Amino acid sequence: MPDRIHLAVALDGAGWHPAAWRETTARPTELTSPAYWRALARTADGAGLLLATIEDALSLGGRSFEPDAETRRDRARGRLDAVLLASFLAPVTRRLGLVPTATTAHPEPFHLATGLQTLDHASRGRAGVRLVAGSTPQERANFGRRADGPTGLPASGRVEDDPALLSAFREAGEVAEVIRRLADSWEDDAIVRDLESGKFLDRERVHNVDFEGEFFSVTGASIVPRSPQGRPLVTALAHQSVPYRFAAEHADLVFVTPADAGAVGGILDELASGEREEPLRVFADLLVLVEETRTEAAAVWNRLQDRAPLTTDARVVVGTADDVVEEIRALTAQGIDGVRLRPARLPADLEAIADRVVPRAAAAGILLPDDGAPTLRERVGLPRLASRYARQEVGA
Amino acid sequence: MTRRQIHLAAHFPGVNNTTVWTDPSAGSQIDFSSFEYFARTAERGFFDYLFLAEGLRLREHRGQLHDLDVAGRPNTLSILSALAAVTEHIGLVGTLNTTFNEPYELARQLGTLDLLSNGRAGWNAVTSSDAFHGANFRRGGYLDHADRYVRASEFAALSKALWSSWRDDAIVADAETGAFLRDDAIARVRHESRLFDVDAVFDVPRSPQGRPVIVQAGDSPDGRDFATDHADVIFSLHTEFSDAQQFYRDVKGRLAARGRDEDSLKILPAATFVLGDTAEDARERSREIALQQVRPQTAITYLEQIWNRDLSGYDPEGPLPDVEPDTGVETAQGFAGRHAAIRDRVGQLREQAAAENLTIRELVIRLTAKHTFVGTPEHVASEIDRYVQERATDGFTVVGHVTPHGLDEFTDRVVPLLQERGSYRRSYDEGATLHDLLGLPPVDASAAGAASAPVPAATR
Repeated sequence: MPDRIHLAVALDGAGWHPAAWRETTARPTELTSPAYWRALARTADGAGLLLATIEDALSLGGRSFEPDAETRRDRARGRLDAVLLASFLAPVTRRLGLVPTATTAHPEPFHLATGLQTLDHASRGRAGVRLVAGSTPQERANFGRRADGPTGLPASGRVEDDPALLSAFREAGEVAEVIRRLADSWEDDAIVRDLESGKFLDRERVHNVDFEGEFFSVTGASIVPRSPQGRPLVTALAHQSVPYRFAAEHADLVFVTPADAGAVGGILDELASGEREEPLRVFADLLVLVEETRTEAAAVWNRLQDRAPLTTDARVVVGTADDVVEEIRALTAQGIDGVRLRPARLPADLEAIADRVVPRAAAAGILLPDDGAPTLRERVGLPRLASRYARQEVGA
Repeated sequence: MTRRQIHLAAHFPGVNNTTVWTDPSAGSQIDFSSFEYFARTAERGFFDYLFLAEGLRLREHRGQLHDLDVAGRPNTLSILSALAAVTEHIGLVGTLNTTFNEPYELARQLGTLDLLSNGRAGWNAVTSSDAFHGANFRRGGYLDHADRYVRASEFAALSKALWSSWRDDAIVADAETGAFLRDDAIARVRHESRLFDVDAVFDVPRSPQGRPVIVQAGDSPDGRDFATDHADVIFSLHTEFSDAQQFYRDVKGRLAARGRDEDSLKILPAATFVLGDTAEDARERSREIALQQVRPQTAITYLEQIWNRDLSGYDPEGPLPDVEPDTGVETAQGFAGRHAAIRDRVGQLREQAAAENLTIRELVIRLTAKHTFVGTPEHVASEIDRYVQERATDGFTVVGHVTPHGLDEFTDRVVPLLQERGSYRRSYDEGATLHDLLGLPPVDASAAGAASAPVPAATR
């Protein structure tokens, strides 16, 4: 019996390749339309994928630190807020986990947390978030609220060598902590509707979070009653040590970018950490371009690269569905929990994933079937936790 | 001559004592199915928009969470986005605070909702300056009371500049040349003031209605100024006929000085209703509902919020407390506007109770559970129509008292009568935006902020 894993997909605009919008299969004038996203989400949902992440950033140039990111006219531009887009997709999907990206430097943690709890209610337990630490200079200018922050990776390429980036990760940790605390602030049975006493609420089962950190404080309980998952799934993308530590400390699930299957072991070692309530789920990213033949795939890839070269940390697979399944199989043997596929082109490569990759991976016996677990958290094998505040009372 | 058309908004029941949770038919206030049911009912009744209030902290009473009323609600923007997916025509309007948000982020969220709903988004802009709510936010209760509307007004102006910074035809997506955007697709928006320092390039394309509809709910002179400067709709509390007419004339009269047409601002007061097969039947139901809305403990708690002291020893069915209010430290938090001039307020209440010979509970019913329209469907329809034809309002924001079925009866029994009168739509126009539904003038694309300049294209 081979190891079995989950498959996820990463959705972003016209796809992950910067020239993808120029392909004839692309729908470049619909990238911010409800019909486009409804179709993508339904394809992913219908294919039985575990979850879809949705990219986001708070500037026209995305997360780029390039100074001309906002002025160049050759890239697909225009975005929808990912948390709201995920909420829109909740009623039109059935099983798909919805994991929007949220930056931690600017939004109010309270708004973000209640937005995710609401997504969890609207999707009946399928909400997650991918937290992104820090901000770009363009994002800061758009907000006009904080002048200081990261200006890019330092020359060493290591996060730990830049105090602004380290600070950004500490702030992201606080946001993750507040999301968890607010999710726990209402115990499951806080709403009593007791006609006898006339009380709607048992105030003993709703708790102020009283969070005071280095960057902000949040005092009260959530305005949103506890949601189906209890805690929406917190995820992060990590390429190196500081982000690995952030994920190990604050995330339920981490997306990593091994250069090949052989690199997985070292990453898992780095992620291993002692103090966790539940295991950290690890998904490896693969950027994929799928055609019927390798020759066709290579031709498309070369055309795209000629128009705008892609730079990425993720392993790239250009080939047939069988080639992608082979890569997934190799990763699966290394002890990961899932693979997140980044379609080079949308919707073309998502359709190829749904029509060809998923069925072949399933036939190869490397996919975990849907076990019918009611929530995303339970589908990835994580228990629904009781409110921390409830447990404290039991212990007292 | 065509009749003036009635505009109706549907207020999802909130977290105050007017929302009855003790009724056997009362459902969940948080499950998505409740919102979906309510939205579909409103759409079946051809309402202009669904309206959601906001609360940014759970309400407290005497230092503890208030536990008598419905508590807990969704994040406004997230639930409206989800509703955009299950509705086709109805506007989606939410209350969002100008103090605890930043313009770029809120404008992109509202812009997102506007695109996801094909032009049906609206924003009820409210202000705050209090530290109680502020304690949940990065900046805390930092804003001087006097600056609330300064910030709100600049916030709205800046948001409008962002929403109009993209040309309608910004995206060319020319695969051959590789030009995704035209060169002058987007204007840069600068806003530098005491309260803001924004140098922004917006990242959300323009929506089918140009920008979301803006609603305003405050009644102060500052609030009225904000409304005449920025709002498309006023959610007022003026429901008594002559008072409503006076308010209507005052606000509409201010528009000309702002260069605005009378039809560019709609006034939709909050209205409750109770229907019955006969007038007597309706009055009885109104009485029963009021007693559910103001239970004995609700009445005492309500007075405690004003008196600011423990009144649990008083009989709710007896006379008003003979003790004086405690005007020291505030103990009730999150309840709107009751702390100014406590002693004056108590004096007024005593006068009212004496004049009408009211018990504590009867007084609180008068204050919080007086129903606007009570009668047969014919009576309620004719009253609503009279208010609109005689320019006391442009319509109403209908507030039901049970979740999620509070709109059913109105939709089934009153709406058809309004349609028969020729004062209310019988269908939605295909592709109508919320601006269209409200009969507002189209948004002028050339109204882009004066401080904006096109973002130059890079030379590559």
